[in-house]
Amino acid sequence: MKKETLVVIGNGMVGQNFLEALLVRDTAQRYDIIVFGEESRPAYDRVHLSEFFTGKSAADLALATPDFFIRSGITLYAGNRVTFIDRQNKLIHSEHNDVIGYDKLVIATGSYPFVPPVPGHDRERCYVYRTIDDLISIAESGRNARIGAVIGGGLLGLEAANALRNLGLQTHVVEFAPRLMAIQIDDSGGAMLRRKIEVLGVHVHTSKNTTAITDGNGCYHKLTFADGEDLETDLIVFSAGIRPRDDLARECKLEVGQRGGIVINNQCQTSDPTVYAIGECALWNNQIFGLVAPGYRMAETAADHLTGREAAFMVADMSTKLKLLGVDVGSIGDAHGKTPGARACSYFDETNEVYKKIVVSADGKRLLGSVLIGDTSDYGSLLQYYLNGMVVPEHPDTLILPQRDAPVGLGVDTLPASAQICSCNNVSKANLLAALDGGAHTLVDLKRCTKASTTCGGCTVLVGQILNKELEKRGITVNRDLCEHFPYTRQDLYLLVRTERIKTFSDLIARHGRGLGCDICKPAVASILASCWNEYVLREQHAPLQDTNDHFLANMQKDGTYSIVPRVPGGEITPEKLIVLGQVAIKFGLYTKITGAQRVDLFGARVDQLPLIWRELVAAGFESGHAYAKALRTVKSCVGSTWCRYGVQDSVAMAIRLENRYKGLRAPHKLKMAVSGCTRECAEAQSKDVGVIATDKGWNLYVCGNGGMKPRHADLFAADLDDATLIRYIDRFFMFYIRTADRLQRTASWMDNLEGGLDYLKQVIIEDRLGICAELEQELAAVVGSYACEWQQTLNDPARLRQFRHFVNSSRKDNNVLFVSERDQVRPATAEEKRRLVRTA
Amino acid sequence: MQVLEAVNVNLVTGAWVKVGAVEDIVDGVGVCALIGGQQVAVFRLPGGGQYYAIDNHDPFSEANVLSRGLVGNIKGQPVVASPIYKQHFNLQTGQCLEDESVRLETFAVRVKEGIVQIESK
Repeated sequence: MKKETLVVIGNGMVGQNFLEALLVRDTAQRYDIIVFGEESRPAYDRVHLSEFFTGKSAADLALATPDFFIRSGITLYAGNRVTFIDRQNKLIHSEHNDVIGYDKLVIATGSYPFVPPVPGHDRERCYVYRTIDDLISIAESGRNARIGAVIGGGLLGLEAANALRNLGLQTHVVEFAPRLMAIQIDDSGGAMLRRKIEVLGVHVHTSKNTTAITDGNGCYHKLTFADGEDLETDLIVFSAGIRPRDDLARECKLEVGQRGGIVINNQCQTSDPTVYAIGECALWNNQIFGLVAPGYRMAETAADHLTGREAAFMVADMSTKLKLLGVDVGSIGDAHGKTPGARACSYFDETNEVYKKIVVSADGKRLLGSVLIGDTSDYGSLLQYYLNGMVVPEHPDTLILPQRDAPVGLGVDTLPASAQICSCNNVSKANLLAALDGGAHTLVDLKRCTKASTTCGGCTVLVGQILNKELEKRGITVNRDLCEHFPYTRQDLYLLVRTERIKTFSDLIARHGRGLGCDICKPAVASILASCWNEYVLREQHAPLQDTNDHFLANMQKDGTYSIVPRVPGGEITPEKLIVLGQVAIKFGLYTKITGAQRVDLFGARVDQLPLIWRELVAAGFESGHAYAKALRTVKSCVGSTWCRYGVQDSVAMAIRLENRYKGLRAPHKLKMAVSGCTRECAEAQSKDVGVIATDKGWNLYVCGNGGMKPRHADLFAADLDDATLIRYIDRFFMFYIRTADRLQRTASWMDNLEGGLDYLKQVIIEDRLGICAELEQELAAVVGSYACEWQQTLNDPARLRQFRHFVNSSRKDNNVLFVSERDQVRPATAEEKRRLVRTA
Repeated sequence: MQVLEAVNVNLVTGAWVKVGAVEDIVDGVGVCALIGGQQVAVFRLPGGGQYYAIDNHDPFSEANVLSRGLVGNIKGQPVVASPIYKQHFNLQTGQCLEDESVRLETFAVRVKEGIVQIESK
């Protein structure tokens, strides 16, 4: 059967979601798909657009992998706007004169920002906030500006204000209505939100009707308001609502609404049944939906209908939970209590600046809506009550009153299978259960299979609770015991060691374990003991716990020889020390290689040579580099402001300071750090467990990045920190990770599995939500205070040195260690080469 | 019977060869002994003081490293884990726990007058 051609106009979030939805459904491969995108970039995440200013790149924001279009066989015309739809001949025309025939057409052109027709709105340095290109223009303009104003105090306006603030501008928000976010929240909530935002230094002007924009005196612009007041600003961002982009539809005579929007039916078909419209350009039941979730529902509905499935778009939930300027804001359903007979109940805490309101039905049984400011921890439960029409408790106020004893969430068991858990991606409890049955038994797997909590992340905690409950119900005990010798997790053992002040493995296994131990629990406990008490790892009681690398303080290679990595803090090394490394390598016949961590690795040392080599290295001032340990490895750095014309801080000095502070800190897995002297990021800090990037005001701190098998971009944790705060946060971060991570779990996977994610981590580390920060700092300080170079200690211990021999009863060498020469250095002989060498010997 | 020194390459089968004094071995930490031309990994388990000796050659990495593996017990069997690719070997039988087809040579160990000895093969 000949394939039909499906043309999609628009590659935004909804357009991309449609493609993915269709690919899943079009198993018969009925369609050849062609996509036109006006922007030069494929679809990206507009919801998190302001993160572009806090270090995320366009690639980070991309919604699909770079090879999506190639892999799926979809043709993408990017940077190519469609100019005309010829419905008669079923052709579309583009600005680059492409003419393409279609059998089915999907319009996903989205919306454009509404710019009020105020005189002067078309002056220079006036912007809108919608695309990455808009952001780049704003950022460029912001460089020469001191003050920025956003016209519009709705959801997007506050996002734009956040962007201006991140650019370092004095930021003003000008709103026509008497309060912020007039659609989603009520007067009290608006007032609370305003207070919290003003504390951050953002100036809020409400009930301001801008009547003219003219030349300013001190600034580029002057805004004049109807009440006679005015405001001077260097740049203006309009964010006063959206309008559907329906011009293509108008021109080809598709039915559009009186106030704009392409009219669609329940199947998302326009007045021409071969043409569909989805997302913000579509008008359904006389409504435009300016949120991504309803757009995704439309995308799925259209994909269903195009593949012969029955589907109907239903009234979409407009609830939202987000962080605006760092303030948690939630809005559910009928936030204003407009339903006849509705009754509201609110909680107002001026001390902690929290406002919560619920709206319940006249009979007091159903939740109709809610407003949450400053604390959205109840959002997940409230949304479930609302979406599923569940009967609320007898005293509904318990849903929002602080639970000071125990957290009383909504029991996830009470949720029906139909309950929608992730409203962004329309994942129901039933979908989660199906994925669980399919073998997704971890949060990470569950997210990957169902896409739940991959957009706004608001349901992560709920998904985690359902996962745990269901595993428990199915009798799938995820056995998290460390091994057969300890019926405890690593985290449990860490706490036991700390609280009972246990100092040895034999004491721990006698009190809390059984048997002799194994290669799992011994190194794990050795690591815990070192994190807590930081005793010399080769002390008599500790030595038998260490695997061979820690036992010989070097890295065993495939032939049983070891490699040596002396510490080179920050990658800075004197010529004299470099020469020593070369001389030692020549003397002992070692292969040398520069590592990725700005150090030198010396390979091919026999176990008996290790102390001889280190005697020379220590004499030259080198210390152990801990390349053999699950510990801090290195702090990589770029050359920084001392030499580099772009550098804004001394990244080398900071790297050396950090490396000297954290060297020797043992952790559940290795720790890598880097410091970059400017945003060009030459030290690749965003791929490290802890990355630091200089700003002109201080340091941005990134956490939980990783290269390796599963690369993970680090998350921006805090911005513009001074030296002391930076170090304090890293201290707390490391000790919290050491306290709570699994055995051999890198920070990246720890973060991916952390309930509550980045926000929770910030609450713990920055806001001290658990009240443990002082303790964490003390624990870290104890490790720093007891640091000693392990090689120095070993060289001073004759009993220890006797262990460095191949044979206990002979001074011979291992005759299986044989080298050949390659590119002027040694390397281990292959098995074949060994046979030849032995024959000729 | 005479206790032979390690370097004696042409050993008679059944000869007891000296590894070292009891104090030369730490509980739970292996040592490698040269028995004739052969490398043997010798262990004393923590607690009970039971000795074991197996071939020091790790067949998976083809390196002489088993004396540097971690010892312990798994499901009641005394084992050493290869420090390279982490396979476990039963110290009593030499059997690899991960691969049925692999079994290492084991040796008899005794302590006589404070000296640990291995029987050559």
